Amino acid sequence: MINSIEVKNLCRNFGSFEAIHNVSLSIQPGETMALFGHNGAGKTTLLKIMSTVMKPSSGSVEYGGQDIHKDSGTVRANLGVVSHRSFLYSSLTAYDNLVFYAKLYGVHDRENRIKQLLSSLGLKARMYDKVGTYSRGMQQKLSIARALLHQPGIVLMDEPESGLDNRASESLWQLLNEKKRTVVFTHHNLEKGFAAADRVMILSRGRVFFAPDGKCSLTELQDAYSASLEAA
Amino acid sequence: MKELRDAFTIASKDVLTEIRTREVLSSVVIFAVLVIIIFNFAFGSSEQAAGLVAPGILWVTFAFTGILSLNRSFILEKEEDCIEGLMVAPLSREAVYLGKFFGNVFFIILIQLIVIPIFSLLFNISFFNLELLLITILATLGFASVGTLFAAMAVNTRARELVLPILFFPVITPVIIAAVNASAQVLDGQSFGAIAQWLGVIGAFDVIFIVASYLIFSFIIEE
Repeated sequence: MINSIEVKNLCRNFGSFEAIHNVSLSIQPGETMALFGHNGAGKTTLLKIMSTVMKPSSGSVEYGGQDIHKDSGTVRANLGVVSHRSFLYSSLTAYDNLVFYAKLYGVHDRENRIKQLLSSLGLKARMYDKVGTYSRGMQQKLSIARALLHQPGIVLMDEPESGLDNRASESLWQLLNEKKRTVVFTHHNLEKGFAAADRVMILSRGRVFFAPDGKCSLTELQDAYSASLEAA
Repeated sequence: MKELRDAFTIASKDVLTEIRTREVLSSVVIFAVLVIIIFNFAFGSSEQAAGLVAPGILWVTFAFTGILSLNRSFILEKEEDCIEGLMVAPLSREAVYLGKFFGNVFFIILIQLIVIPIFSLLFNISFFNLELLLITILATLGFASVGTLFAAMAVNTRARELVLPILFFPVITPVIIAAVNASAQVLDGQSFGAIAQWLGVIGAFDVIFIVASYLIFSFIIEE
């Protein structure tokens, strides 16, 4: 159960503004959950709290029964994060960046792992080029490689397909499926997000608006999303 | 042990970035040389003038160049939110502080190694002796400990280039005063015993600020 996710009564305030209000969710190991919501619904804040970057005002997040703030070292070693920003150093090469993160994560056989990931994402030919010379899509691919470098069991992704072409999107999901992982991701496209996920959740104004227990239909998701936009 | 290993990984990455870009060293060295030349023209290079003003000029130059280098250290992490990349990695926030601290110590010492010979040449003073080396190392640790902490605070503000000096100089003043006085006494040919009290001041400052900065750094980088 090491890769299960349990979010309980999570709240996060910025002054008097409630960015996240009483959000709870439970995800089984190996499940993939898509988070949807209008701009400012609280998706990124929720992912920032779940990735240990931000502390909640109240509530807790547990991965495999371990509190992410009390056992942060253990939790982070099993966590991969793809954010809006790439977390990559533009003046270093793709290879330098991945070596740096591989050292921090204690990746064994890092030379082979880096080459394998870069090859899967079609970046091997430019691995010794500075990241600053990469296009937005290439940086996103490299950011995905960085997040999956240490074979994490839990992956959190904020708009992972942003800037990716169809082929790169396929590679992303193939890489995620190379082992059993628990994945939470946000997506701006309902159809694509729905197709990639086992379960869905809609946030609206920091609250859970729609969270069916199992798989719902695309029509149900679309109707709920329209209702959430009206409520916002 | 892991904390130190992570810290050295971060510091090595900063050094590698500088090797790739040469952004800090080139600009800081040019700035330092210009400051020294301007002071040299203003005060002259006679033996009397040099003995009076040289220690002050040297430490003012180190303080100004140190600010430029410190400012840059967290700007690197802010681009593409790399600091978040470090925060989600399995390393302590304290290891991030130590890594940036080691990196800053390295860069400040490197700048000093370039600046001191130029300074010695222009003011016709030899700065190469053990006492001055000790003063320089201790003062550099103080500069880097406070500077690393304040650079992390300043990087999240809009006017970061202004905020860092405003925070940094009032706090670092005891180190600058002690280093200037100790350097003046060494150049005046006084014994090690005479500068011991100033070394004590800098040493105490270093211990207090390295420990305090190490302990409070996590509160500064967490949102």
